Amino acid sequence: MRRFNQWLLLPMLVALTILTAGFADSGRRYDDLGHEMMCACGCGQVLIECNHMGCPDSGPMLAELRTAIQRGDSDNTILTAFQNKYGPTILAAPMLTKFNIVAWVIPPALLLIGIGATLMLVRKWKLRTVPMPNVPQEPAFRTLRDRIRRETEL
Amino acid sequence: MPAFGSFALLLGLVLSGYSLLAGAIALRQLSTGSRGRVSPERLAETARRAGIGSFIAASCAAFALVWAAFTNDFSVSYILHHSNRALPGPYKFAALWSGQEGSLLLWAWLLSAYGFVLRLRHKVDVTLTAYASAILAGIQVFFFLLLNFAATPFSLVSGAVPQDGFGLNPLLQYPEMVIHPPMLYLGYVGFSVPFAFALGALMMRYPGEKWIHITRRWTMVTWLFLTCGIFLGAHWAYAVLGWGGYWGWDPVENASLMPWLTGTAFLHSVMMQEKRGMMKSWNVWLIFSTFMLSILGTLLTRSGLVSSVHAFAQSSIGSWFWAFLVIVLAVCTFTYILHRDHLKTENKLESLVSRESSFLFNNLVLLVACFTVLWGTFFPVLSEYVQGNKVTVSAPFYNRVAVPIGLFLLFLTGIGPLLAWRSTSFRSIRRNLVLPSIAALVTAVVVMFCGVHPWEIFTTNDQGSFYSWVAFSLAAFVVTAVASEFLRGAHVIQRHTGQNLFASMVQLTRRNTRRYGGYIVHFGVVVIFIGLAGHAFNQTQEQELGFKQSFHLGPYRIECLDYSQDSNSNYDTEFALLDVYRGGKKITRLSPELRFYTASQQTSTIVANHSTPAWDLYVIYAGKNPDTGQPIIKAFLNPLVMWIWIGVVIVAVGTGIALVPNMSAALASARNRPQDASAKENEMAAAGRGGD
Repeated sequence: MRRFNQWLLLPMLVALTILTAGFADSGRRYDDLGHEMMCACGCGQVLIECNHMGCPDSGPMLAELRTAIQRGDSDNTILTAFQNKYGPTILAAPMLTKFNIVAWVIPPALLLIGIGATLMLVRKWKLRTVPMPNVPQEPAFRTLRDRIRRETEL
Repeated sequence: MPAFGSFALLLGLVLSGYSLLAGAIALRQLSTGSRGRVSPERLAETARRAGIGSFIAASCAAFALVWAAFTNDFSVSYILHHSNRALPGPYKFAALWSGQEGSLLLWAWLLSAYGFVLRLRHKVDVTLTAYASAILAGIQVFFFLLLNFAATPFSLVSGAVPQDGFGLNPLLQYPEMVIHPPMLYLGYVGFSVPFAFALGALMMRYPGEKWIHITRRWTMVTWLFLTCGIFLGAHWAYAVLGWGGYWGWDPVENASLMPWLTGTAFLHSVMMQEKRGMMKSWNVWLIFSTFMLSILGTLLTRSGLVSSVHAFAQSSIGSWFWAFLVIVLAVCTFTYILHRDHLKTENKLESLVSRESSFLFNNLVLLVACFTVLWGTFFPVLSEYVQGNKVTVSAPFYNRVAVPIGLFLLFLTGIGPLLAWRSTSFRSIRRNLVLPSIAALVTAVVVMFCGVHPWEIFTTNDQGSFYSWVAFSLAAFVVTAVASEFLRGAHVIQRHTGQNLFASMVQLTRRNTRRYGGYIVHFGVVVIFIGLAGHAFNQTQEQELGFKQSFHLGPYRIECLDYSQDSNSNYDTEFALLDVYRGGKKITRLSPELRFYTASQQTSTIVANHSTPAWDLYVIYAGKNPDTGQPIIKAFLNPLVMWIWIGVVIVAVGTGIALVPNMSAALASARNRPQDASAKENEMAAAGRGGD
């Protein structure tokens, strides 16, 4: 029965994936791209979230964005056009070009290196057979550590 | 009063300078055995008293500034720029931290207050406290120098004194702003204490882990303050800024998150040092980094190094902070190199599948998260240096890079409690993982049927749904893991005492407050993650509304009942009265406002929010159509936001519980019970240690 359910779930997921594919309507794209850019007025807010009163830029920029989407421009074309017009700071995140790739690569790379290093460290510690360094073993010390262990038992 | 304040600051500098010098000389004499004209003990005592005196001086200076605000003394430049006659009393008090100079005075005052408590409680360990006191005095000297020479809060206006001030920034005229900055500063400044103890312990080659035991409560309280400060700021942004969100990955927000991440890592990894004498160097550097990141955060808000909507005006004090950071780093590095042999580990990891390694990974992920935030914050500066042009690193970057890291951390939150110290057998893991894994799988399927479609990451490139789906599933995993830990322990107590399950759980928690308080904190973190996961399903609608006109958003219909304007001495306001219907039934009336503050000539939105556990109906008055005179209403439907605030309360409660001494220990010391009874209790508590 369990196996039967597993086999039933898989085609259901595939069917749902196919059914929902390509539903990225223009409203969704407008919202997504509006979140990919900053408002040019200097308020420091994402374009679509700029709520600053009498903002001279967000209205015209959003109108430009709507026109570009209706014209059928691709996301990349729209972002590049905005970048050319308003400068590189208009994009809310660096594009995957030249040096900017570094911004995206470094954090996940560091995580992977860290995981690898931690695994190696644990392995090295496990394999090490040298005796542990001598630590002072005063009675007061042991009593304190016992108390700490009791109180911090996790 | 300005003269009194200036004098108090100067006195504070002298006293903290004396505390540093005399303390350092006394400690040097004590360590080398040399003696001067005054015995080192007496010299150290005068240093301690001078440190206490510096708190009184800082208090006088802070009082003088608040007094100037309340008496409308606009001859003081700071009061002129941050207050006005019509400003309500609580906000006049908040003027203390609303500007650069005042907030630095708050830093100095809180630091002195922490120092005051530390110096009063010096008997807990006289020598170690003397070291910590001298180090704190060094930090105080830096802040008093700033206040006396670089950012003077009592400088006077030149020429005729204006009749009224320019007022407080309208965004700060909100009740939470009276609490949020002090909370955040209590967090930032508080990390100075464990830092001072760690550095002092290293300098004096303090034997053992007592310094951690002494500073454990300091660190937890500080961490709690920082947590509350960060989330109060998020709530303030949500309730006041009117953009529908609570976290914008602004550099100043990031600045508060970085020490929180390293502080959280420290709170976890010190347990390894306490229990197994491991990771000593790591812990020392974690607390050093946390303190330096607190200073870096303060630097970020003041130097103009990165653009931020929250930053204070650009000023030259950035170079002071850079110099201080370099000095701190140099002192820490030098001390570490000199005494690193003292930090040798006493034990090694015995298995990859153990509580120790889960802490290692937890630390790794927290530090990578911290680095990601730091990297994103400084990448615009780096980009300008390398490419010659600045780029923006905002929410889309962090959502793509930091969210997966956060989810990995959530996963570890569930795994950690299931592993035992030293080593865990695969049989035990399998047994402990079954229930949480089933809960995660069931939740994953249920939320898919509830409309969370993870496959949208492939079809519409919508990562939000996918991450939310993962977050909900992991939340179920962690909650089940935590709950099964509680139940396992409670059942043992129940068997021994015959109490009901709830009473057994309470007793279990009281027996080991740190462990179970920690689990409650983890539960709170899960609840926060659930709230954050709702962000992927936000909806918004903007519409101009005339009388009796309405629009729909989600299950709600919003109808304009009226719109009008009003004014008082502080501000003019435009507002709309909106009736909210659900299923044809009126459920509430909302009144979003737009205020224009007379003194500062600035506008501010006052959000109207109808909050339920399912979602927030968040409405702002976006302005008036100049052609029709009708209000433009912007409404957001933000799912699960309330869960974030509930999660924070749970985190605070859990931390509070973890701060309380264990029942058995407290009772044992209070009643001096026979040894065998205490031993029996410990045995029972040990029996409740499921998974260990």
